[in-house]
Amino acid sequence: VQLIPVVPWQALPLAVVLSSFVPGIAIMFLREDQRILRSALNMGGAVAKLVFVGMMLQGVAAGFSYEWRFQVLPGLDITFVGDALALLFVTLSAVLWLVTTLYAIGYLEGSPNRTRFFSFFSLCVTATTGIAMAGDLFTFVLFYEALTWATYPLVVHSGSPKAVRAGRTYLLYTLVAGTALVVGAVWFQVAAGTVDFAAGGALDPDQVRADPLRHLALFMLLMLGMGVKAALVPLHGWLPVAMVAPAPVSALLHAVAVVKAGAFGVVRLLHSLFGIEVAVEIGAAGIVAGAASFTIVYGSLRALAQDDLKRLLAFSTVSQLSYIALGTALLSPMAQVGGLVHLVHQGLMKVTLFFCAGILSWTLGITKVSEMGGVARRMPVTMLAFSVAALGMIGLPPMAGFLSKWYLGVGALGAEAPWVIPVLLTSSLLNAAYFLPVVRTAYFDDPAGAWGSPQAADPRGAGERAAPGPRYSAAATKGSRRWRARRFRLETDWRLLVPAVVTATISLAAGLFGRAGWSPLSWTELIVGRGIL
Amino acid sequence: VTSAVEFMLPGALAAAPPLPILALASLEGWSTLVVLGPLVAAIVALNGKAPFIRAGLVLGSGATLLGAAGLALTVWAEGPGRHLVGGWGRPLGIELWIDGFSVVMVGVAAVVGAGVSLYASGYFGDVSELTARGAPAGRGARFFAPLWLLLLASLNAIFLSGDIFNLYVALEILGLCAAAMVTLAVTGQATVAAMRYLVISLLGSMLFLLGVALLYVGYGTLSLEGLAEIGPSGPLAGAALTVMTLGLAAKTALFPFHAWLPPAHAGAPAPASALLSGLVVKGSFFILVRLWIQVYGGATAGGLAVMGFLGGAAILWGSVLALRQTSLKRLIAYSTVAQLGYLFVMFPLLTQIPEGWSTDAWGGGIYHAASHALAKAAMFLAAGSMSYAVARDAISSIGGIAHRLPMSFLAFGLGGLSLAGIPPSGGFVAKWLLLRAALDGGRWGWAVLIAVGGLLTVAYVLMVLRHALEAPPAGEQTEFRPVPRRMEWAAMVLAIGAVVLGIRAVEMLEMLERGGVRPWG
Repeated sequence: VQLIPVVPWQALPLAVVLSSFVPGIAIMFLREDQRILRSALNMGGAVAKLVFVGMMLQGVAAGFSYEWRFQVLPGLDITFVGDALALLFVTLSAVLWLVTTLYAIGYLEGSPNRTRFFSFFSLCVTATTGIAMAGDLFTFVLFYEALTWATYPLVVHSGSPKAVRAGRTYLLYTLVAGTALVVGAVWFQVAAGTVDFAAGGALDPDQVRADPLRHLALFMLLMLGMGVKAALVPLHGWLPVAMVAPAPVSALLHAVAVVKAGAFGVVRLLHSLFGIEVAVEIGAAGIVAGAASFTIVYGSLRALAQDDLKRLLAFSTVSQLSYIALGTALLSPMAQVGGLVHLVHQGLMKVTLFFCAGILSWTLGITKVSEMGGVARRMPVTMLAFSVAALGMIGLPPMAGFLSKWYLGVGALGAEAPWVIPVLLTSSLLNAAYFLPVVRTAYFDDPAGAWGSPQAADPRGAGERAAPGPRYSAAATKGSRRWRARRFRLETDWRLLVPAVVTATISLAAGLFGRAGWSPLSWTELIVGRGIL
Repeated sequence: VTSAVEFMLPGALAAAPPLPILALASLEGWSTLVVLGPLVAAIVALNGKAPFIRAGLVLGSGATLLGAAGLALTVWAEGPGRHLVGGWGRPLGIELWIDGFSVVMVGVAAVVGAGVSLYASGYFGDVSELTARGAPAGRGARFFAPLWLLLLASLNAIFLSGDIFNLYVALEILGLCAAAMVTLAVTGQATVAAMRYLVISLLGSMLFLLGVALLYVGYGTLSLEGLAEIGPSGPLAGAALTVMTLGLAAKTALFPFHAWLPPAHAGAPAPASALLSGLVVKGSFFILVRLWIQVYGGATAGGLAVMGFLGGAAILWGSVLALRQTSLKRLIAYSTVAQLGYLFVMFPLLTQIPEGWSTDAWGGGIYHAASHALAKAAMFLAAGSMSYAVARDAISSIGGIAHRLPMSFLAFGLGGLSLAGIPPSGGFVAKWLLLRAALDGGRWGWAVLIAVGGLLTVAYVLMVLRHALEAPPAGEQTEFRPVPRRMEWAAMVLAIGAVVLGIRAVEMLEMLERGGVRPWG
């Protein structure tokens, strides 16, 4: 049933990009105290983006495809393509940007430098949508590099020495990778004569077969560029360190935007640049699958040993992200569906987990698993959302994570790669081993003492402690006292709670209603079925 | 709009009987405007009273902007052209040659110059008040504008000149003005640096003049086009090229002749630094390209390779030294040494294709020259605003400046990222093209060098950005002088220009093909 008519407006992808770019630039010129205007710009942009994305979804479902080009150099365009694959990633970012913006407005209430924060936050989302809709490698590189720089101020947001160090680590990894990517992209243009993404690969297969080693080197150079943001071991070192950023940043950028940009890049590299058949032939896909499998197990093992909740989630991200690379590197439509759909499933679940971790530290000052004893009694809704997402991550049927793993497993058998099955099983066991104790502690252990205030642990970074705004400390102290004093209050600020509940619900629905026409799974099957990969 | 275009493009009016005033709207008219306009403006500004100085800056910048636009439209429509000033033929007359390369360089000089003029009117303060007090800063306020306008006239003359003797004259004036501008800082260090600069500059011009004389003896012509048609070769031509190259390389501060540059560029007042680093060094670079590539047709592959190697050494050495600086302006000056290296890496890449010229290297190299001019000027101007505010130049003294001068901070950052080739920026386009020229011939050494240079650039730019973001140095509560808004805006506009170059490169690259790598061969 078509509720709205298809909008055959080719510039829609551009509108999607601009809907976060314009607010981002506008916010840069606002004063710190223009709170309402800033929030209005933010939310307005997020809603507008969602509307544009909705229009494109409608069009693409009806078989339309959008393309917008702007020539930069002779033979090199900024190309935005709105096809089913691009929309998978764009829709995820648009939905999560909206909820995360609400969350961030609540989370950073009263803290300093919010103008800078929200400005770069919007620019990050702009870069992510640019990456998602890039129709060629040139556009991809452009936004991929821009994302690096738009994220940097958010990582060092608090200005504490620890944050600045983390920022340096982040830049060291991403800039070296970015340089490799640029050199690789130019090399690709010289080798293939084009930079356009094409279904089935842009390189001539015969040319690759004639000189496989040379093209494997090209692949590895580009892979180095993608692998850092995708946090493939051994290129993952920046991600756990970057957890020093405020919770909304960890939630949207380090669970969704930045790392997914890398994973999406791996998909583009395998499918749109080389073509999966050729990539398998020259052994490139095998290398990716091997590295991804190792990363899946390694990340889970490291997560086991973490007491810091955000670090635990970061290592879990490292591990879960590689499902995407693993699935799309296998020569089997089923596995590719499993990998691609995990892009959405993992994003929904991980953003929920980060939201909950942020709520715990913001409201009660809890940042460690060992401090979480009995916290479910104090924060039942938060911990329910956390548990839903955690169970999904483990891959319990009928949660979303189960669907990903099922498709991956069945697909792996189809691709004659049975070694994937033990990897999946090991990973699921390990997921259970690090998530279930957290849930158990929260529900069944006794609280160690009275609940703290956010001041004690200072969840928003040490730098803000060094230069606390007067409004910030007053508001936070008053706030936490108020939560304790009144009986019928929500367990935390509604702007923090609603996003967590919303994303937890969507992730649950994505699993329960996996066969429905609108589910991420169905959309992914559409992508693979249409042969867009 | 149509009538305006017709006004700009005399070809459209060819059928009508030419009115005298319309004859000015031609290659000849616009060329005269960009050289004589700043010259007249310099004389106006020499008066020394505030309104005259202001009028001179407006007149000079305006004439160059207008003239550059006119030249661009004319060359775009009609292709490159020559003009004999006053109708005097060779070898007596002044010959002009205007192609896409000239137009791009004049355009860059016009835009950077307009930004610097705006900045200078805020930076130097009230001239009458300063002179009345006998303040040393009064010298800058009084003499910056005339010197700069004279410099602009000579720079434009270089870009438009079609014969080597005129090139020599313009080059000499350029060098004298540039060295004089350094002394405006009125510090002992700056005076010493200016003297050193002057000696190097004069030496360079002398060597160039020697080469000019040798060529005239050998071939009896001074015209670039005439020489190119003859195709100089043999020991005499080789000797001429060698001495001219030595002189020009010293003026362009090519490694290992770069030692004079950092003290001079860092010691000068901020707007002068922006001009020296952004524009002046491009003047002698321009002549090198004209000679090596366009007159000598690449001379020898070995010679080009040597230029490239020296450029590569400059990239590495300049960047490493930039990383070791504690003074903000010195860091930017060493960055200039490094970035000039990229311009010389262009030389060997130009001839990589057998029996042909690489348009990628050509476009990339000149694009780099243009975007470096904008970005580096923006950085020096922004750094000048920062030092202006805290009244000192150490990198450690600008702690927390990002919160005080967010726009200058942003301008510095955007300029720096353009230098490093981070997209979207002119630097990125240039890097892409140069990389493509290198990889197209499978010359991985150059590609790696270009990539590593970019990373080193990020490293030293970040060093500044990080300090600017930090809290101010504890203990000493630095006093903060308010910065005129126009200074901040001037830097920002140039930085945005560097970014815009990375969004649309088609027209400028096509303009460079008007004439192309070899206009006379």
